[in-house]
Amino acid sequence: MTGGLEGPPPEERPRPAGRRNSQGIRIDPEVEAEPDTRRTVISALVKHEPGVLADVSGLFSRRQFNIESLTVGPTEDDERARITLVIEEPEPGIEQAKKQLRKLVPVISVRELEPDAMRRELMLIKVNATRPDRVAAVAEMYGGQTVDATPETATVQITGSRQKIEAAIETFSQFGIREISRTGTTALARGVEDTAARERPTPTYAEDGTPTSPQTTPSDDD
Amino acid sequence: MAHDSAGRTPMSERAASVTSPDDGEPHDEREAHEYEERATASPVTTGAEAVIRALENVGVEYAFGVQGGAIMPVYDALYHSDIEHVTMAHEQGASHAADAYGIVAGEPGVCLATSGPGATNLVTGIADADMDSDPMIALTGQVPTGMVGNDAFQETDTTGVTKPVTKANTFSSNPDTVGDDVGEAFALANTGRPGPTLVDLPKDVTLAETDSQPGPARVPDTYEVQERADDDVVRAAARRIEAAERPIMLLGGGVIKGDAHEECRAFAIDHEIPVVTTMPGLGAFPEDHELAMEMAGMHGTGYANMAITHCDTMVAVGTRFDDRLTGGIETFAPDAEIIHVDIDPAEISKNIHAEYPLVGDAATVLEQLAEAVTESPKATKWRAQCQQWKSEYPMAYQTPEDEPLKPEFVVEALDAATSDRAIVTTGVGQHQMWACQYWTFTEPRTWVSSHGLGTMGYGMPAAVGARLAADDDQEVICIEGDGSFLMTLQELAVAVREHLDITVVVLNNEYIGMVRQWQDAFFDGRHSASEYHWCPEFDTLAEAFGAKGFRIDEYDEVAETIEAALAYDGPSVIDAHIDPRANVYPMVPSGGDNGQFALSEDQL
Ligand SMILES: Cc1ncc(C[n+]2csc(CCOP(=O)(O)OP(=O)(O)O)c2C)c(N)n1
Ligand SMILES: [Mg+2]
Repeated sequence: MTGGLEGPPPEERPRPAGRRNSQGIRIDPEVEAEPDTRRTVISALVKHEPGVLADVSGLFSRRQFNIESLTVGPTEDDERARITLVIEEPEPGIEQAKKQLRKLVPVISVRELEPDAMRRELMLIKVNATRPDRVAAVAEMYGGQTVDATPETATVQITGSRQKIEAAIETFSQFGIREISRTGTTALARGVEDTAARERPTPTYAEDGTPTSPQTTPSDDD
Repeated sequence: MAHDSAGRTPMSERAASVTSPDDGEPHDEREAHEYEERATASPVTTGAEAVIRALENVGVEYAFGVQGGAIMPVYDALYHSDIEHVTMAHEQGASHAADAYGIVAGEPGVCLATSGPGATNLVTGIADADMDSDPMIALTGQVPTGMVGNDAFQETDTTGVTKPVTKANTFSSNPDTVGDDVGEAFALANTGRPGPTLVDLPKDVTLAETDSQPGPARVPDTYEVQERADDDVVRAAARRIEAAERPIMLLGGGVIKGDAHEECRAFAIDHEIPVVTTMPGLGAFPEDHELAMEMAGMHGTGYANMAITHCDTMVAVGTRFDDRLTGGIETFAPDAEIIHVDIDPAEISKNIHAEYPLVGDAATVLEQLAEAVTESPKATKWRAQCQQWKSEYPMAYQTPEDEPLKPEFVVEALDAATSDRAIVTTGVGQHQMWACQYWTFTEPRTWVSSHGLGTMGYGMPAAVGARLAADDDQEVICIEGDGSFLMTLQELAVAVREHLDITVVVLNNEYIGMVRQWQDAFFDGRHSASEYHWCPEFDTLAEAFGAKGFRIDEYDEVAETIEAALAYDGPSVIDAHIDPRANVYPMVPSGGDNGQFALSEDQL
């Protein structure tokens, strides 16, 4: 075949010392480090109009963000809905998810919640009712209520953090679980803070202009 | 313009500039006045008229499309409008023509199609515009709202299909607001980072009566664009640039879309910083300038790839660090601190981490940087190194008499025969890469190609759109491959019908050449489905369309044939039979190390 060009071949060229990781961040080539993932809650205030949920879920699947739960519901304002997302991603993935969300036209504001934010999930769990008083006792232990009881089944409602719900499932499994329905996590920031106010973190720099990496608060989940 | 503390411009102010240049008069007032005049002279009476009025209000001159059942009311309203409609042979052609119009004019191109197959035929062009952030608006007919969801004749969920490939889209369900929906879509396509938008128009909505006159084109209040970058980051970036020993500027398509080429050129020249461009960035910096290292990436020049690999500071403007540019992320500019200027915050640190994120309009941020940098980097040695790479890795090619015509020679001859402002459109493949490499781009908005999507068949319909957006003294040259040309050459009929002066040059290797090159390099030369056993004669085919046909086989025919084709007033096609074995080099294989580019097949 034709079309070759003149010049020193690859092996004769100088090579730079540095390297980047798969996230495009420069790293010490000596240490192999794939960044840790982090689970976090992102809250988005959106226009309450048809198609917004599809926009958001489409965006997350298209861009392969690792999404654990997504809930949507009305808010104090008829024209706005709140979408709460739990995602698990390396740090750059979390930043990218927030930025991509902000780009959707019906999205009003986006915020990653502090680790101490209130996060709650509701579960309905239907178990076999062979030992109804034991079921009631377990429900009480998790602060839940029995919302339906038949000779064969008992359905219990539990609210709480994801961890609490998971622990409850574990305990209820002794009765034989027939069906579970979970809402996914919804969340609000604590105190007077607005949950979905604007935020745009700017990087920080030392006196000489060198970037000092932003502090990220580790999430202990729930 | 007023800015809030974060430097963002309230959208209500920006939107005005979408429709009218700043001449001192308050936009809103003058706009309102013009709109009212039109509304009084001939008030809108139907949804369809509101759609057309919205286009007239923002100054649309051309629309590209194909008629059909669900869009007929809109076409009926177009009948009395001054907007010139160009009927294309295929809706894909309409979307590429609108896309190219947008690139050259810097204003959204408009395409129209009916529901169902009309809308789905637009999709390739919409996706193409989305990948390249080209301003474009698509208007699609839809079945009446009462039938939506019932699988009616020619019903497609157009907003669903196009959601992932548009900047924004909307299903317009109200005749009183359909005009404003179109205005909003136009404003969104043109504001901030440009992109394609779509409005789906159900037939009952366009047929319905309304007396609601469309208002000024506005982006929704949830859409915000940051114009100025954070001053602290600008200052920090300036210190970094001053301290750089091996600086480069990397100019992407955003420089051209943001009309920031002058600011970028001035910055590079003032501080003597070598300049590399991406493929969409061709034309951002004059390639005949001493500081020009030209295009980097997969088929970039050896010297551009050496410079990008060895720099210690990169001022990247309006680029999304696409994989065809970066090669493997691990080896991309591994010693460089990155100053990334982009209007879209989501592009910053998406693929390559930026130590200095500068979110804002490219021209504005470059002015901020120019002000903040007080001392040029001391890079004499580095500049000498860059020049040395230029002489070590020349793009010079051989033209042995006993081998067939080389494509590089044809591209250079075309460049020599045309003005600096000539516009080049292309298909996708080897011919596109030879056009990048051997045409010397010096002006913005003269390179019109399918970058991110890599759509074969882009060149011919794009030439139609580019021709209508270009000035009369700008030549429009369409460099095509035989395979790409075959995908959309029916648009030649449109060029003939509309008397468009376009010169098509087919670099005919009778191969799906780029695929054949990869098969030779990576699949042991098995030419599966890349070889033609028969190929039409493009010169005679052109004549059948009513265009002028030419053919080139030998070196000594090149100059005079090009001259004759350029002199022909109307569309002409040169079927240039080139060396079928010619390959494109340098080449960085997918995911490879830019600095290790191959100069020939045995180096891959
Ligand atoms: C619509 C479309 N289909 C397939 C491809 C894959 N592809 C990329 S280059 C190429 C060959 C193009 O052949 P031709 O237009 O003759 O150009 P050449 O490489 O021979 O110059 C093909 C098939 C593509 N880019 N676009
Ligand atoms: Mg070919």
